[in-house]
Amino acid sequence: MAHSYTPGLTVTEQTVIRRRRQLPLPGTVLVAFGDTVQSNQPVARAELPGKVYPLNLANQLGVAPDEIKEYLIKKEGEPVQKDEILAENKPLIKWFKTEIKSPITGTVESLSTITGQVLLREPPRVLELLAYVDGTVVEVHPRQGVTVEARCSLVQGIFGIGGETSGLLMMAVTKPDEALTPAHINADMKGKIVVGGSFLSAETMAKAKEVGVAGLVVGGIHDKDLRALLGYDLGVAITGTEQVGFTLILTEGFGTIPMAQKTFTLLSAHAGEKAAISGATQIRAGVIRPEIIIAKPAGAAQAGATAAPQREGIRIGDPVRIIRDPLFGKIGEVSALPTGLQKIPTESDARVLEVRFPDGQVAVIPRTNIEVIEGS
Amino acid sequence: MSTAIHASEKPKIDHPLNVIVATDCGSTTTKAILIEKVGDEYRQTFRGEAPTTVEAPFEDVTRGVLNAIAEIEELSGRKILDGETIITPCRDAKTGVDIYISTSSAGGGLQMMVTGVVQNMTGESAQRAALGAGAIVIDVLASNDGRLPHEKIERIRTMRPDMILMSGGTDGGAVTHVVEMAEYIAAAEPRPRFGATYKLPLIYAGNKEAQPQVRKILGEKAALEVTDNIRPVLEKENLAPARNKIHDLFLEHVMQQAPGYKKLIEMTGAPIMPTPAAVGLIMEAIAKREHLNLIGVDIGGATTDVFSVFEGVFNRTVSANLGMSYSISNVLAEAGLANIMRWVPFNIDEQTLRNRIKNKMVRPTTIPQTLDELQIEQAIAREALRLALIHHKSLATGLKGIQQERTISDVFEQQISGKSLVDMLKLDLIVGSGGILSHAPRRIQSMLMMVDAYEPLGFTMLSVDSIFMMPHLGVLSTINEKAATDVFVRDCMVYLGTCVAPIGQLKDGERLVDYEIMFSDGRAVKDQLKMGELRLFPLGPNQKAKLTMQPAKTVNLGQGAGVPVSREVQGGVVGLLLDGRGRPLKLPADEPARVAALTKWFKAVELYPG
Repeated sequence: MAHSYTPGLTVTEQTVIRRRRQLPLPGTVLVAFGDTVQSNQPVARAELPGKVYPLNLANQLGVAPDEIKEYLIKKEGEPVQKDEILAENKPLIKWFKTEIKSPITGTVESLSTITGQVLLREPPRVLELLAYVDGTVVEVHPRQGVTVEARCSLVQGIFGIGGETSGLLMMAVTKPDEALTPAHINADMKGKIVVGGSFLSAETMAKAKEVGVAGLVVGGIHDKDLRALLGYDLGVAITGTEQVGFTLILTEGFGTIPMAQKTFTLLSAHAGEKAAISGATQIRAGVIRPEIIIAKPAGAAQAGATAAPQREGIRIGDPVRIIRDPLFGKIGEVSALPTGLQKIPTESDARVLEVRFPDGQVAVIPRTNIEVIEGS
Repeated sequence: MSTAIHASEKPKIDHPLNVIVATDCGSTTTKAILIEKVGDEYRQTFRGEAPTTVEAPFEDVTRGVLNAIAEIEELSGRKILDGETIITPCRDAKTGVDIYISTSSAGGGLQMMVTGVVQNMTGESAQRAALGAGAIVIDVLASNDGRLPHEKIERIRTMRPDMILMSGGTDGGAVTHVVEMAEYIAAAEPRPRFGATYKLPLIYAGNKEAQPQVRKILGEKAALEVTDNIRPVLEKENLAPARNKIHDLFLEHVMQQAPGYKKLIEMTGAPIMPTPAAVGLIMEAIAKREHLNLIGVDIGGATTDVFSVFEGVFNRTVSANLGMSYSISNVLAEAGLANIMRWVPFNIDEQTLRNRIKNKMVRPTTIPQTLDELQIEQAIAREALRLALIHHKSLATGLKGIQQERTISDVFEQQISGKSLVDMLKLDLIVGSGGILSHAPRRIQSMLMMVDAYEPLGFTMLSVDSIFMMPHLGVLSTINEKAATDVFVRDCMVYLGTCVAPIGQLKDGERLVDYEIMFSDGRAVKDQLKMGELRLFPLGPNQKAKLTMQPAKTVNLGQGAGVPVSREVQGGVVGLLLDGRGRPLKLPADEPARVAALTKWFKAVELYPG
């Protein structure tokens, strides 16, 4: 059978990841090939062009556009201070003099004798790009950034909000099916990455924000709570720039869904260690999943620290998560891969597989409704 | 054809095309079909499907293509692949294909910004040119759009379009506003979404007098292409040159930035077309061949594309964030929960429904496994279709800014320039395509989804793309018209039947129309259609019946209130649908009454099992 590949989420104790750190526009790279970097260390810097302020001098001076050069005090490329005179006319009677002052501090970027306008630009804003993960610089992209490689444990979530942050991992619950409640959140969690179980309520989010938790990792939340948190209904899964006080990562989906045991066990094993997380999600071409990266200290044992092998398709024995109702969130393993199409209750003919759950029950599921839990 | 590929793009093929493999790389799924010449005619013989692989771990669109083709290999027994190479041309009766062609909407489509001087004139013309080329228009900037200059500059910078189309001014007119817009774009220094090293493609198709200034301002800052003015004079649009340039630049710049496209371009024997452009070709061809007024729709995972041909004028719109997988949550956001819920024939609490929709958004490739899930998805589809048509109607208009000659008889008709060309009473045919319509388990489901969403008036034929192959046939039509037509007529287009919908609203149960149906076998049915009734009569494909209707005195069947109508109607795989639910369609506001009405209608046409 052709390789019917269903992309899955990686949950692995040992892997090697590379994260390209790229400036949004050319700048300066601050580190060199082979350098060891920390997650909060700047690796590149750029100057973001300042805001542009168009000013129609011709209109304000009441002259033709091609005459404005005659009235300019400041020339193209010259710096200018706020309220400094930019242009003025020279009438015979002084009282009728018109002075045009600069609305900003910046430079005179360009002037146009066709439209009669001058473009002023504010000073550039310095942008520092952080390494994001503890690791080694394995590639330098001149003027653009670097690629950082890290040996780490990696957990990919299904959806998240908020940007990159880091902190110590802290388990707030003891079981993957335990919901994270306000009672679990305490002052010690300030700046930490807090791991819950099956569900995160709006009240818990409010408490986490109040305490100053850096990140929350849970199985699921209700969509209505997400909407309340963001203040709007999220239309497409393109996130990462939200500023809600913390970074949030869902490992399973929307609703009350126990965190996969494998994920919970892995995170528990690293409690107290530093983790880098990102809520950025783009479920479109060039998919980006939220992630939790726990870098291995330099010199730690390297067993199994290889890049994840490319999968060739679903195989019998693969651990899978059901990702559609009526068994949404259940985890089992593939027990059969029938080749023919089968009629499902909607009357559609679908390619299916059989999943055996830990209690021995077996269910027939459309292949597209499962997700392989990847990573060894 | 306004969407036709220009001559320079047509490939020169020096061998007969007897076996063709075509793929469409969608945002969610890559679909492959095999077309073979059987005797004198071409037929679609096998199909395969695989997830599109622009995401990790593959990040290479050709992997999904090879997987989909591998399925065809398995089913057909034909060897098509030699490792990762498609064997062309055919080596023998069971090895290779004569050409491989593809369309694509993977990678999020072509996202464009367009600029004009006057928003309702050159701005709209530019929008039409971009939409016609299959682009998603993410913003229209115009000198008079009400935004301050710095807001325009900021907008250009933050939107990160794949391409910008600049228009503005008639040839020989004033240049100031056009140059002003060029200055804003230059100041914004727009950067593309993908690829930090290449310049953003920018097409200038405005006042030709401003070309030198635009070159001077933007020549260094963008990959500038200059083409003919899209509005050379007020009364005329000249969209083809700009559309062709968009296609060229899309292939040369944008597609190549998406994962694996360079490889895909090397594999194909003809230029890759954006999926909406290919579907548009087919829709336009159907309308022209049959001399019909038509509305076509392709509802996908990320976008819903609507096409219309009225009085020979073709229009296309792409509703960028209305779709059934990636964009499903946006349908909820735009339509509102109540509008979706009105189509669901059972009670479900808001929280559960919201969570289900979001779960589909984050896992877009899943399919409904239970009947209630299918019903929810089909409810959402109705709203996506409805919203996309509203969007289309607002853009498919006559040219704005033109004074119409009016006679004394027009005084009481308050028509304005720029009126929508979409006239549901003049509509002959609705064509549906896309996963949710093509793959609905029962064809009546496709028919009722479109009827509910579009509310056709009077007599309207409906059809559906049998297995979603219109994009493939669109691109095929540019290289082998006969093959495309053969397959389209025999394997692709499935006529569902005719919907007859009287216009008017009466009290539930009141007489709407008296009707008599004369079937070709001599059978006759004479009855009354009451308000709130939905009736379905079997009338097979290629069968016709004569329908005579006497509407109630306030009810209209297209000829005026109370005027009787007699017409021949065409059948299809579903049949003849008499829709007595009134127009505009109103569902009971009261929850139990709404569920009861839906249940009654769905049962009347056997929409679902049980």
